Amino acid sequence: MIGIVGYGAYIPKYRITVEEIAKTWRKDAEGISSSLNVKEKAVAGFDEDSCTIAVEAARKAVKMAGIDAQKIGAVYVGSESHPYAVKPTASVVADAINAGPELTAADLEFACKAGTAGIQMCMGLVASSMPDWIDYGLAIGSDTAQGRPGDALEYTAASGGAAFIIGKNEKELIASIDQTFSYTTDTPDFWRRQHAEFPRHAGRFTGEPAYFRHVVSAAEGLMAKAKMKPVDFDFAVFHQPNGKFPLRVSKMLGIDPKRAKQGLLTPEIGNTYSGATMIGLASVLDAAKPGQKILAVSYGSGAGSDAFALTVKKGIEKKRPCKKVLEMVKEKEYISYAEYAKFRRKLKTL
Amino acid sequence: MTNGNLPLIWRKFPERYLLQGNRCETCGTCFFPARQVCPNCRRKGKLVQMEMPRQGKIITFTEVFTGPYGFEFETPYFIAIIELSNKARLLSQVVDSPREKIKIGAKVEKVFRKISDIDPEGPIAYGYKFKVVG
Amino acid sequence: MRSVSIIGVGCTSFGEHWQKSLRELVAEAGIQAVLTSGLVGKDIEAIYGGCMASGRFIAQEHIGALLADQLGLNPIPSTRVEAACASGGVALRSGFLSVASGAYDIVAVGGVEKMTEVSTSEAAIALGGAGDQETELFHGASFPALYALMARKHMHDFGTTEEQMALCSVQAHKNGMLNPNSQFHKEISVEEVMHSGYVASPLKLLDCSPITDGAAAVILCETEKARKMGIPAVEIIGAGQASDSLALSGRKSLTEVAATKKAAEIAYKQANLGPKDIDVVELHDCFSIANIMAIEDLGFFKKGEGGKALEQGKTALNSEISVNPSGGLKCGHPVGATGVKQAVEIFEQLLGKAGKRQVKDAKIGLAHNVGGSGATAVVHIMRRL
Repeated sequence: MIGIVGYGAYIPKYRITVEEIAKTWRKDAEGISSSLNVKEKAVAGFDEDSCTIAVEAARKAVKMAGIDAQKIGAVYVGSESHPYAVKPTASVVADAINAGPELTAADLEFACKAGTAGIQMCMGLVASSMPDWIDYGLAIGSDTAQGRPGDALEYTAASGGAAFIIGKNEKELIASIDQTFSYTTDTPDFWRRQHAEFPRHAGRFTGEPAYFRHVVSAAEGLMAKAKMKPVDFDFAVFHQPNGKFPLRVSKMLGIDPKRAKQGLLTPEIGNTYSGATMIGLASVLDAAKPGQKILAVSYGSGAGSDAFALTVKKGIEKKRPCKKVLEMVKEKEYISYAEYAKFRRKLKTL
Repeated sequence: MTNGNLPLIWRKFPERYLLQGNRCETCGTCFFPARQVCPNCRRKGKLVQMEMPRQGKIITFTEVFTGPYGFEFETPYFIAIIELSNKARLLSQVVDSPREKIKIGAKVEKVFRKISDIDPEGPIAYGYKFKVVG
Repeated sequence: MRSVSIIGVGCTSFGEHWQKSLRELVAEAGIQAVLTSGLVGKDIEAIYGGCMASGRFIAQEHIGALLADQLGLNPIPSTRVEAACASGGVALRSGFLSVASGAYDIVAVGGVEKMTEVSTSEAAIALGGAGDQETELFHGASFPALYALMARKHMHDFGTTEEQMALCSVQAHKNGMLNPNSQFHKEISVEEVMHSGYVASPLKLLDCSPITDGAAAVILCETEKARKMGIPAVEIIGAGQASDSLALSGRKSLTEVAATKKAAEIAYKQANLGPKDIDVVELHDCFSIANIMAIEDLGFFKKGEGGKALEQGKTALNSEISVNPSGGLKCGHPVGATGVKQAVEIFEQLLGKAGKRQVKDAKIGLAHNVGGSGATAVVHIMRRL
């Protein structure tokens, strides 16, 4: 049996409201906020990037797992805002949590689903029939998402991340991963070219043929493979580019949208890209009880979805994190648009 | 400053990522950064590598409004001398903490941050900073 | 050890010397020192030159050779001495030891810094090298920040106030008005200091010494030889130097400069004198808090009472102890030159040549130079020969 032995989420403390951003562009804040179902977003500090976020999340995951970091055999960091184009974030994370040097590591990129791809890779390594390969794998999704000033994405593109340690010792599991299924096509709905500072997106094209098609196909494929029905799931977590899509996709799948609420954080912290589904899953695990079933479906533009079926294990009762995701959401300090521009180095002189 | 002192940045990873210092087993004093000689015991000292605790308290602090090269745009920022729970002392930035909570005696905890990112095409130096807890 | 005296001094004006390079500044101070000594260049057997960061400021190293060259004194040995802001004071002690030991009879000691060729933030990096590069400057701890850390602790432990610190600057500017070589000739008020804006709280712009170009030089001579020459001279009767941890976090106390206490203890013992015997002192006040700590560490006032002493005017010109008649580092702080400039000032004070800023009946003087945040301190005690 393979599954999660520990997890950690990290949300930077700074927030900018949709209202503050809209004020800068003289846009209708209320209209934007209600159409996106997003009130505010988390902003990384001046000295934070995807790497520091990944390290903080990983450190919490190791602490919760209660394992010796030296036993981690793989580190994968998924992000679309890796600080370097060439030079891994994963090696920094490995050294910063003292997991190295005897491990494999790599940075992943698949828009917002690179982190869940990392979970699948760790699952494969942990479950490998090759003898004594790895005991634990660490998969992280972390982003300081870039939104072009004035673009619609600026209201949601947020910073945050979560880390999951995948293991195979049944006694250590807080949740088993019972099945996974992925759905991938070449659908260019959102991209950032090499050397381009900000991503571009195809507007409404990002909805139907992109997000909904892939999330629904992956979730249905998973349920078929796992012989499960929508009603079997106590919780559902979806990638959350805004506060509305996950609720709509939940309905489309025949899952009561109420079951998607615990894992829906975008209204309060924005879209944390590679972190989004994973922080959502962390929040669900914060609240879940042994025996409960969880559906988690990520989405990455370009495009693909990874779906997972999980069962919460008894081990979770002894391993609750020191701080829940919803508590982190509440720890915040509001900043102005000017401070936001400074923190995220959007002022050209910085 | 070629390549942002790359070998130095690299050499310091254990110290700056993990707060690796050392301790003299003879007198029990903890040192950060690690020392080559225990100033108390000299040749009778026995230094062993150890990770410093992540918790400490502020001994004194200042808010910097004029930063040296590389820090000009980070101002204002707080610098403090912190005494770790094992009595070793270090200097660090204090971040993510409400101004009114940054005071002498305040409890702090280590966080992982970018320390120096001077050249947009150069290496990034990560390391420790602290934040007020409670 | 043989007795050593200062027989000649030279000093450029302190300020922004846009028209002069380091080499012109050292030549000006050096030539003046030789002339006042009544000697000729070829009488000088060796040179010790204090310079902190010429590599950073003007990309020029090998200052020892440059000094001898510029003064036309090749091929005598010429050595650069570096101890951050105490480079000048340590150069003076090095020259003193070389004469006291009998190695030479006559040596020249110089100090110089050319600081205005670079931007302020580059200068901050150069000066930051006086602290611990790897654990202080790396984290953005500028020099004002290090002294601010000490100031905050001093305020916390002893109730020292920002206004008391401001008084240091007010007094320094007042004395500087009387010194033709001073960088500033402007009186300032406590309010002006208080409103000059934080550089690193609680230190404000006017609590800090400026960026300055300047050079100073003295000629040292074995005392018996000086006596025979019959020229006005000042004898160095105590020379103490001490060190401490490079980084502030390594200090036992953050409200004192332990190296100052140690260097002073050595110098007082050699001179067989105590703080009460000192009539005039040039002390290291790179920041206002440094002034307060120094008057305590040198033994003029009890620890924690420096702020009050300032408030009561006990350190003003011709009061209980005349502190920094030159204007101190507010007269300008070309880091490598400062320690030598202090000796020049004490020389002039003890010989009654200090003009409007003359301390009445000054018989014993003390010069106190600090490197970094207190990792080096050097104290010289002098009397009229």
